[in-house]
Amino acid sequence: MRFTHIARSLAVALLLLLSGSAVAALEIEDRKLYRGTGDRVISVLSTADLAVFEPFILQFQIEQPDIGIDYQVASSTEVHKAIRDGAAFDLAISSAMDLQFQLANDGAAQAYSSPTTQRLPVWARWRDQVFAFTAEPAVTVISRERFAGLDRPKTRQELIALLRQNPEVFQNAIGTYDVRISGLGYLFATQEARNSDTFWRLSELMGGQGAALYCCSAQMIDDVGSGRLALAYNVLGSYATERIARDDRLEILELEDYATVMLRTALIPATANDEQSAALFLDRLLEEGMRDTPETWDLPPLGAANQPEARAYGPIRLGPALLVYLDKLNRGAFLRAWSDAMLQ
Amino acid sequence: MSAAASRPFWWRSIGQRLTILLAVIAAVLAILSWWMVTSFAREAAERTQDNVLVASATSIAEALRSEQGTILLELPYSAFAMLDAIGEDRVFYRVAADGETLTGYEDLVPINPPDRPGDVAVRTLSFRGDLVRMVTIQRTVLAGQQPVSVLVSVAQTRTGVEAIGTGLSRTAAVLSVAFFLLAVGLGAFATTSSLQPLNSFAQAVTRRGPSDLRPLRRRVPDELSPLLIALNRLMERLGQSIRRSEEFIAEAAHRVRTPLATVRAQAELALHTVEKDNEKQMLRRMIRAVDESSRSASQLLDHATVSFRADALAQDRVDLAELAAKVTEGLEPTAEMKDIALHLDAEGPADVRGDTILLESALRNVLDNSVKYSPAETEVMIKLSKDDATHWRITIRDHGRGFSADSLPELTARFKRGTNVEKVVGSGLGLTIAEEVLQAHGGRLELSNPQDGAGACVSLILPAA
Ligand SMILES: Nc1ncnc2c1ncn2[C@@H]1O[C@H](COP(=O)(O)OP(=O)(O)OP(=O)(O)O)[C@@H](O)[C@H]1O
Ligand SMILES: [Mg+2]
Repeated sequence: MRFTHIARSLAVALLLLLSGSAVAALEIEDRKLYRGTGDRVISVLSTADLAVFEPFILQFQIEQPDIGIDYQVASSTEVHKAIRDGAAFDLAISSAMDLQFQLANDGAAQAYSSPTTQRLPVWARWRDQVFAFTAEPAVTVISRERFAGLDRPKTRQELIALLRQNPEVFQNAIGTYDVRISGLGYLFATQEARNSDTFWRLSELMGGQGAALYCCSAQMIDDVGSGRLALAYNVLGSYATERIARDDRLEILELEDYATVMLRTALIPATANDEQSAALFLDRLLEEGMRDTPETWDLPPLGAANQPEARAYGPIRLGPALLVYLDKLNRGAFLRAWSDAMLQ
Repeated sequence: MSAAASRPFWWRSIGQRLTILLAVIAAVLAILSWWMVTSFAREAAERTQDNVLVASATSIAEALRSEQGTILLELPYSAFAMLDAIGEDRVFYRVAADGETLTGYEDLVPINPPDRPGDVAVRTLSFRGDLVRMVTIQRTVLAGQQPVSVLVSVAQTRTGVEAIGTGLSRTAAVLSVAFFLLAVGLGAFATTSSLQPLNSFAQAVTRRGPSDLRPLRRRVPDELSPLLIALNRLMERLGQSIRRSEEFIAEAAHRVRTPLATVRAQAELALHTVEKDNEKQMLRRMIRAVDESSRSASQLLDHATVSFRADALAQDRVDLAELAAKVTEGLEPTAEMKDIALHLDAEGPADVRGDTILLESALRNVLDNSVKYSPAETEVMIKLSKDDATHWRITIRDHGRGFSADSLPELTARFKRGTNVEKVVGSGLGLTIAEEVLQAHGGRLELSNPQDGAGACVSLILPAA
């Protein structure tokens, strides 16, 4: 296991050297080439871990054996930067829907329409350029052990009251995204701040209790599992459910007042070399997303956007409003306010 | 004629001409209304987009503020959220203070920006390969003591406007076609219904009998009344000229008869004075010619009377039994001279409506023929009977030579005599008069040679009153 990981990292480094200067600045975290029987290879740049996507890719290759797939994993900002700067990829998959939207808005994506894309709900596509294939709510994960004897809050109001009343439990034991470094955390935070004023009260409270800040969902869930954290706020639901399935120390707190729902999206960059194969891959991706329960991955289906708590505000809208919080002035102002609340 | 023939086929009918002209007008109007709706719809969609863009730029401009000499801006969420309204369009924006980009797309430089604060400039330009609509608003912000002119530009592609425009245009096209079809249908209906009076007018003229020259009395639309008046005047003139020629004939016949009578009397006298056979022969031929001429003149006179009186037919109640008796009595002396027995079998009342004088003249002419064309010592039967529920029939049957079969159908024509007349004097107008009288009364004349033995059979059939 460890050996293969090192080997793979070495291979990635080698590949990076070989692939030259076009993507020199691109920080690839992981990379694997799935050879097909033919010459065609599509290069996919994605934020989703290989572990999550591998079963899907293998399934796809059973159906389309001649198409090879060069799957590369990078952070959402890296994906955005690469496509914006014209790196040649056939498909870009990202959990940062605002950045994906900006790519399409700025003309870095190409339009594609097929019977499959037409079947998508209207809120799950924009200009036939950006397509959503999952609807993932942000959830709160708690440690069963640390919550022993406490009532489970049903709303954010109750959560605030609980945090206030039990400082000894929650002091230095709350984790959330560091929105300064996590694009997804920033998206969740801005959308929640827009929808509900409880966000700022909660942030102030969490800041006051010395909340720990994280870059990624996985680490937060790890720390809740180990008991270092009592509660992790705004964790990517898909990761949490997958972990809870095999770790009974964890529990998802069912907050019924609302849920912020993010859409994982894919687009075909304008620079794509093999649009036809990319389109096949995209269609298959969307089909999987439109299933009631996807078979090859643990990501939630698009239908998750219809759950009662998700419906309070609906999934985050794919539209020009996403540009508002990407604006550098707005970003600065939001981060200032957030820092004031969090880092007292 | 040649002008009409060179025109297309539909030009020959007013109905088709109107229908086609109305259809062309409807088509022009339908196209015009489609074009108008399309351009209005497009303009409305464009104006809506402009308004949304202005609202967006205004709300951004209003969010501008300054703090300690620096200009601050927090883009309102709604400023961009509202741009979703029209469709899925790309959005670009730029906020610039004194030409320096504060935020947004640096290359989105407004063309002809407004010069005064509060002014709005709306332009269409090409940006990053797409046609965009751009709104620029100027606002002055005080940065410390320094007034700074800030330009807020918001631009959006036109895909949504185009989609709305094409969608409405398609709907308008469907509606226009529907209106066109409706208009053609209504046009055809309007044409037929307004031509209807013309058709019924023509039918009324066609239905008229050949000698019916009474003026047409009917309500016609104003456009047809000159035609009606002209037609009535024409008929009146025609009637007058016919009457004048009949009067002339009657007058002429009358004038001829008197001197002929004198000539006959003189010839009669001369016949008694001359002794030579050939001279007697000559005089007899002369008397016969005078007889023929005189008969012709009096029959012409009768015929003119029939024509004249039939024009404005009297509607008296006439009993056919009485009439038959009167006519039979009048011919009794002539019949007696030839020892011909007249048998009358008529029981009244058998009323018809009409002119006694004419009916009498008709029956007299028929009975006169029977007596004239029968040999001595024969019988003539006059029988009145019911032909059917609504008609009377007078049958006159003699035992003479019968009609000459070959000329039977033509005998009622003017001056037409049979091949069997031999030396009998006549003009060939008797049956003509009888037939014309019966036709004027709505009846008819039947001629036949009966199967049972010699002789002729003539029937006068008249509608019962
Ligand atoms: N009763 C009859 N028997 C035989 N032939 C007849 C009889 N009545 C008419 N005709 C034939 O029909 C012809 C036409 O008859 P019509 O009465 O019109 O003329 P007309 O007797 O010759 O002359 P008129 O004008 O003097 O009566 C006659 O010329 C005769 O040939
Ligand atoms: Mg006669």
